[in-house]
Amino acid sequence: MYTRAVPVEVRLPTLLRPHADGAASVSAAGATVGDVFADLTARYPGLADQLVDESGSIHKFVNVYRNDDDVRYLDQLDTKVADGDVVSILPAVAGG
Amino acid sequence: MGFASPTLRLAEDQYRTIVGHCYDGLPDEACGLLIGPVSDSEPLGVVSEVRPCRNENASAITYRIDGRDQGAAMRAARERGHEIVGCWHSHTHTDAYPSPTDVEQAKYYPEWIYVLVSLRDGDPMLRAYRIRDGAIAECQVVLDR
Repeated sequence: MYTRAVPVEVRLPTLLRPHADGAASVSAAGATVGDVFADLTARYPGLADQLVDESGSIHKFVNVYRNDDDVRYLDQLDTKVADGDVVSILPAVAGG
Repeated sequence: MGFASPTLRLAEDQYRTIVGHCYDGLPDEACGLLIGPVSDSEPLGVVSEVRPCRNENASAITYRIDGRDQGAAMRAARERGHEIVGCWHSHTHTDAYPSPTDVEQAKYYPEWIYVLVSLRDGDPMLRAYRIRDGAIAECQVVLDR
């Protein structure tokens, strides 16, 4: 399947915004969520540890959505994105 | 406390949904999300919808709301012009009071109302809190019949 880098909006939760110059939303490009993250972390290296763990998977403390769909249940970081999609990063809701 | 604690108003059917979902989840902890109106990001305490969610951890001592259910709740909230304003979870064998883990995790959503349901005793005990900067403040809960 033909894929190309497309611009998407990435929405960041409050706690990650200091790593992105305070922005709530930034534009990034890629053909997949992983590509978008690579583009994002090239510009904002402080985000890298917050999004992806040592094994290269999405960090367990966050959920990543393409529009409103959790990409963990799609193709994880290989989930494709289309022009105009919104990738939202949200802290997981958890406790004991 | 240094922050306002809204009164949480629950309709009787909302209360039944929350507590029923907590019993249905036994022996594990059960969890869910609250949707409602906000003003300047602060919940008003009114709940337009309670959404039972799956506990991704399937555990009697921890919970993690299923990411798919969180996404569906976000969509439902947006369609109403509301936001997710809180969450609830059960404590199967302890008080309806935030655990140290609950307090730690609340930093991610400091504006939310946190509802705890204890199933330890014969009758369920539902209580609500704000948790901000590690401080816990209880919210009054009013059941609208």
